[in-house]
Amino acid sequence: MKLSLEEVRHVAALARLSLSADEEERYRHQLSAILEAMEQLKALNTDRVEPTSHAIAVEAMLREDVVVPSMDPAKALANAPAKVGTSFAVPKIIE
Amino acid sequence: MTPELLNLSMLELSTKLVRRETSSVEVVRACLGRIEQVDAKVRAFLRVDAKGALAAAESSDARRKANAALGPLDGVPVGLKDLFLTEGVETTAGSKILAGFIPPFDATAVELLKGAGLPIIGKTNQDEFAMGSSTESSGFFPTHNPWDLGRTPGGSSGGSAAAVACREVFGALGTDTGGSIRQPAAMTNTVGLKPTYGRVSRFGVIAFASSLDQVSPITRTVRDAAALLQTIAVHDPRDSTSSATRAPDYLAEIEGGVAGMKLGVPREYFTEGIDPEVERAVRGAASELEKLGAKVVEVSLPHTRYALATYYLIAPAEASSNLARYDGVRYGLRAQGAKGLREMYCQTRAAGFGPEVKRRIMLGTYALSAGYYDAYYLKAQKVRTLIRQDFLEAFKNVDAILSPTSPVTAFKLGEKLDDPMAMYLVDVFTLPCNLAGLPGMSIPCGFSAAGLPIGLQILGRHFDEARLLRIARAFEREHDFIRRAPPI
Amino acid sequence: MSASDYESVIGLEVHAQLLTRSKIFCGCSTQFGAPPNHNTCPVCLGMPGVLPVLNKRVVEFAIRAGLALGCSIRKTSVWSRKNYFYPDLPKGYQITQYDLPICEKGRLTIDLDGKAREIRITRIHMEEDAGKSVHDAGGGESLVDLNRAGVPLLEIVSEPDIRSSEEAAEYLRTLREVLVYLGINDGNMEEGSFRCDANVSVRRKGASELGQRTELKNMNSFRFVRQAIDYEITRQIALLESGGKVVQETRLWDTQRNVSRPMRSKEDAHDYRYFPEPDLPALHVSDALIEEVRKSLPELPKAKAQRFQSQYGLAAYDVKILCADPLLADFFEAAALRYTDYKKLFNWFQGELLRLLNEEGGSISTLKFQASQLAALLASVDKGEISASAGKDVLGEMFRSGKDPAAIIAAKGLGQVSDAAVIENAVNEVIAKNPGEVEKYRAGKKQVFGFFVGQAMKAMKGKGNPGLINDLLKKKLG
Repeated sequence: MKLSLEEVRHVAALARLSLSADEEERYRHQLSAILEAMEQLKALNTDRVEPTSHAIAVEAMLREDVVVPSMDPAKALANAPAKVGTSFAVPKIIE
Repeated sequence: MTPELLNLSMLELSTKLVRRETSSVEVVRACLGRIEQVDAKVRAFLRVDAKGALAAAESSDARRKANAALGPLDGVPVGLKDLFLTEGVETTAGSKILAGFIPPFDATAVELLKGAGLPIIGKTNQDEFAMGSSTESSGFFPTHNPWDLGRTPGGSSGGSAAAVACREVFGALGTDTGGSIRQPAAMTNTVGLKPTYGRVSRFGVIAFASSLDQVSPITRTVRDAAALLQTIAVHDPRDSTSSATRAPDYLAEIEGGVAGMKLGVPREYFTEGIDPEVERAVRGAASELEKLGAKVVEVSLPHTRYALATYYLIAPAEASSNLARYDGVRYGLRAQGAKGLREMYCQTRAAGFGPEVKRRIMLGTYALSAGYYDAYYLKAQKVRTLIRQDFLEAFKNVDAILSPTSPVTAFKLGEKLDDPMAMYLVDVFTLPCNLAGLPGMSIPCGFSAAGLPIGLQILGRHFDEARLLRIARAFEREHDFIRRAPPI
Repeated sequence: MSASDYESVIGLEVHAQLLTRSKIFCGCSTQFGAPPNHNTCPVCLGMPGVLPVLNKRVVEFAIRAGLALGCSIRKTSVWSRKNYFYPDLPKGYQITQYDLPICEKGRLTIDLDGKAREIRITRIHMEEDAGKSVHDAGGGESLVDLNRAGVPLLEIVSEPDIRSSEEAAEYLRTLREVLVYLGINDGNMEEGSFRCDANVSVRRKGASELGQRTELKNMNSFRFVRQAIDYEITRQIALLESGGKVVQETRLWDTQRNVSRPMRSKEDAHDYRYFPEPDLPALHVSDALIEEVRKSLPELPKAKAQRFQSQYGLAAYDVKILCADPLLADFFEAAALRYTDYKKLFNWFQGELLRLLNEEGGSISTLKFQASQLAALLASVDKGEISASAGKDVLGEMFRSGKDPAAIIAAKGLGQVSDAAVIENAVNEVIAKNPGEVEKYRAGKKQVFGFFVGQAMKAMKGKGNPGLINDLLKKKLG
């Protein structure tokens, strides 16, 4: 299989997803199968091919350095799961 | 049964409104009534905004009374995929992680619709974060195909497609990243149009894969698609990828026919695995277009078979980054009882995202991670160049490309859920043009023996939507697929 | 082996906040000090569906810095996403420039102990700043303020050409001066608008390979930079001498205990999964724009310092004081247009103006009086219209009230009488009235002189020009 359990755990950690043991195994199988299918790209010689990161070439749009009134802080925090005053509150980082 | 009013196209309704034969309020009420009648079975809507829609309809009627209508679609009710931010109205992207999220602003496309006077009936169901081909990956519930309630309407814009198909709304907006408007259109006997990348603003549209996503109209007729596209094809200074080229009048030449046009049929798009009825209907459509005056030739898009792998590396990679903001800090779901920040992140995202989203986030993270970037993501971006070059080469010889939209007709709910790859394969014909940024449409071109719709895909050059619409209209004129309504 | 057998190799990364009015990708204000989340909008809050739009001035400032630091400006530069999770990073990624930065291959010449050394600059790129997390001591929570999220930054990376902590401090001082001169940064290390990280390694003298380096963070003054680097060099040498290996890690400078400590490791801390930013097209910079920026470059610190030395005949050390603040230097020049005793002018700047600013606060930009008024004041003193010490009082009053020196002199009656005839009268009178003292003086009691000066002053109600009184008394008393 393309992916080891360690690799699945590593990727899940990078993506901040907790997975149950069952899920780890299931995703390991599924992701491995998908990555197997990707192997076919190796057959193509792309040594002299430039990558495409933008579908259409658009000229860079530049904005004037002008201040636009900010959003009302009440609106900014309206959807916050937790707040203290006008700050977002989050659990502390535990080392 | 559907009141005749609801069977009208958007433009037909517009004429009735102009002639005061009906009012926008009456129409909105009819839509709401229809939803009440059928949506418990179809489940196209995540939420209906009756109050907002009626208020907008009232304003529209008042404007009409004062001879101050905002445009041809003023007062014509539509639906919006739940990926579009609507100010004051919950927007979830079909995901539990955004349950309860009330945006403080409208997406640009929504502003444009409101500015043109279209009442918005509600937010339609979708695969979570636009990741899926059947709407079964919605975080809430699946949508059912009005043509056969045991089947999916396709995805990810399945809700919008179903709502238009079963006459709950007259048109709708969805998005298309790898086929998410064209494929559901093919499965529901509707018209889905993915514009050229950059044609319509993405500001306020929840991002899945930024270099592939496009806002797309879905309607019952080709002329409606043109009119709806016209409303939203505007340059937006809030979107740096928004094209500055002005949109033409999409209705101006739409009845011009196909005489003199050269249409290509790519041999790589008629592979094994395609439903023989689909192949027959699409080849039949090609012959018909030939009879109507177009020249139909075979073309080759040699890198087609690599498109699936290319797409499924690029789209998840961009998605893994776009979805990092769903972390429980500023909006949306936050898991309770976590010990510390990291646990909060991990539990929130585990609870809020469904399996398809998790799969793609992990796939994308892997493709970008140290040691794998070159072999996967970078490689895919290079193959993307080759796929794009295939099209540009083909378009030296032909004006547009014809193909099936989907290799299969609407499949049963649950049929493809066990095997992600089987689900991904449904998009093989739609995703290449997203990779190249080209416009593409799906229009009805027949029904299977079982009564399931079949879609014809038309692909065109960058910013050549007017030509696609003209080809589509020429074909549509010869048939009455629009008059066929689902048996619900 | 001892410490002297080792050579230290240091590279510095500076993050400088740019003095634009609005943020890099949205129109929110960059102004410091607003209450939490009062300078935010959907874009810099990282709400769903938002997109970045680039601030033109950020590009101009980046080009300005690149030209001033001798870099080549890339005609096409690219934006990237740097992905990691942190509450002050709202999108879960930072938009930065990874592969193709806007400026490359520059240099900065530093002067240490009279010797000039060239430190190469690898690259300069644009990126967005993150917000701030405050760790709430009591509540077990952190509070997140995103006002700073999206403020534009320039990251300036040097080659590891620096060889000591003194050089490092001088590099930072010189670089800061350039950025302040360019008007693109305010140079404030304490407030965090000019930040520095150091990469430090050691190797045996003569070795060509680089040793393993560590990264030092959290040094918000030049003093801490020097202390931290010295500490780290010592630590690394001791480690190697005892047979150990230097581990690649990030270390924080602890200003309380004067040691560097490893940052608690984040296992996946360094896999940022950079990829090109799909929401921003490549940035094309035209020759025309580069020329426009080049033409608008102000005189740079070194050039100004050299010119001050030759044009005003001031010593290098004095020039350093004046040119530390370009506005101060400008003010000097404006005064110097009208008052050409430059040495004396400098003394007033150093002794009085800077003292006032220091003691009473404010800056050149908030001065209530003009350079021409200062020049007029000094001219008055030279003419003897007021005494030098009265002049200092007048300057203080000008500083506080902005009133014109002539008006202050009149109002306070500080005018000094320097009229020779009037002084002669007073002196004659004093001599005439005190024959006894005159005799004592002429007889050799020189300390009596002070009595005559005092009496003459009293006669003139304290307004006599002391210099003239002295001279005349000496003449008449013999």
